Amino acid sequence: MKILFDNKNRCLVCLSGEIDHHNASAIRMKIDVAIDSHCPGEVYIDFSGVSFMDSSGIGLVMGRYRILREYGASLFVANCKGSIRKVMQLSGMNRLAKFVDGDFENEFLNSRKGETVNEQVANVK
Amino acid sequence: MSRSQTLNELKVAFPSLSENESLARLIVSGFVSGLNPMIDELSDVKTAVSEAVTNCIVHGYRNTVGTIKMHLRILEGNELYIRISDKGCGIENIERAMEPLFTSAPDEDRAGLGFTVMESFMDKLSVRSKNGNGTTVTMRKKLESRVK
Repeated sequence: MKILFDNKNRCLVCLSGEIDHHNASAIRMKIDVAIDSHCPGEVYIDFSGVSFMDSSGIGLVMGRYRILREYGASLFVANCKGSIRKVMQLSGMNRLAKFVDGDFENEFLNSRKGETVNEQVANVK
Repeated sequence: MSRSQTLNELKVAFPSLSENESLARLIVSGFVSGLNPMIDELSDVKTAVSEAVTNCIVHGYRNTVGTIKMHLRILEGNELYIRISDKGCGIENIERAMEPLFTSAPDEDRAGLGFTVMESFMDKLSVRSKNGNGTTVTMRKKLESRVK
């Protein structure tokens, strides 16, 4: 699992492996700490690295949706494919969060790269 | 449920520890592998088992550890039979428990979709429960056999 921020303080959570009741609480805690410490305006939860998910994954997304609403932030659910999408569709989450596809990890990393270069330039000056 | 001839079967019992959720999924995957199931069928079955076992852990044996029994059968006509039972607290109101989005543990981010998943991903689902005397979930699914 990876949590990234881009230069617009958007947060990307890249989930990986299996999401069940056993490991959902650890994932939940890490995401909630990131949200609380950075107050991002948009949070993307990316499922492209997830190999299995049961309804614990839905609970995870629903819970984050509720928290983000209190922060006035938006939730995006990214790259839900195959069986993950099938489970997610049962939840009606598509009415609450936007479902998007794309290579967000690359997008976020690139945006930080640019910022780091700029900062370095500024420091040199 | 109708009787069919059992072609293969497996009975396992394990304690209601959350790390055994993935073990239960691995066991059922291994058991059905002989039927050469499609990938999406296999994930349907794994998801349904994961929900049933999680229910035993989160609800049946809430604040305690007990034994979960899983009984798997392959029946004639490529049908998979799964029975998962606990001797936990039981369900007071099965109809209410089976309503989508109903959960007795909203603080823990439970979506309340366990039975909905089992019902949608398997062909048949039956739930028997007695208050204070455990819950038994029985599921069946016909698997499409692929040409080997």
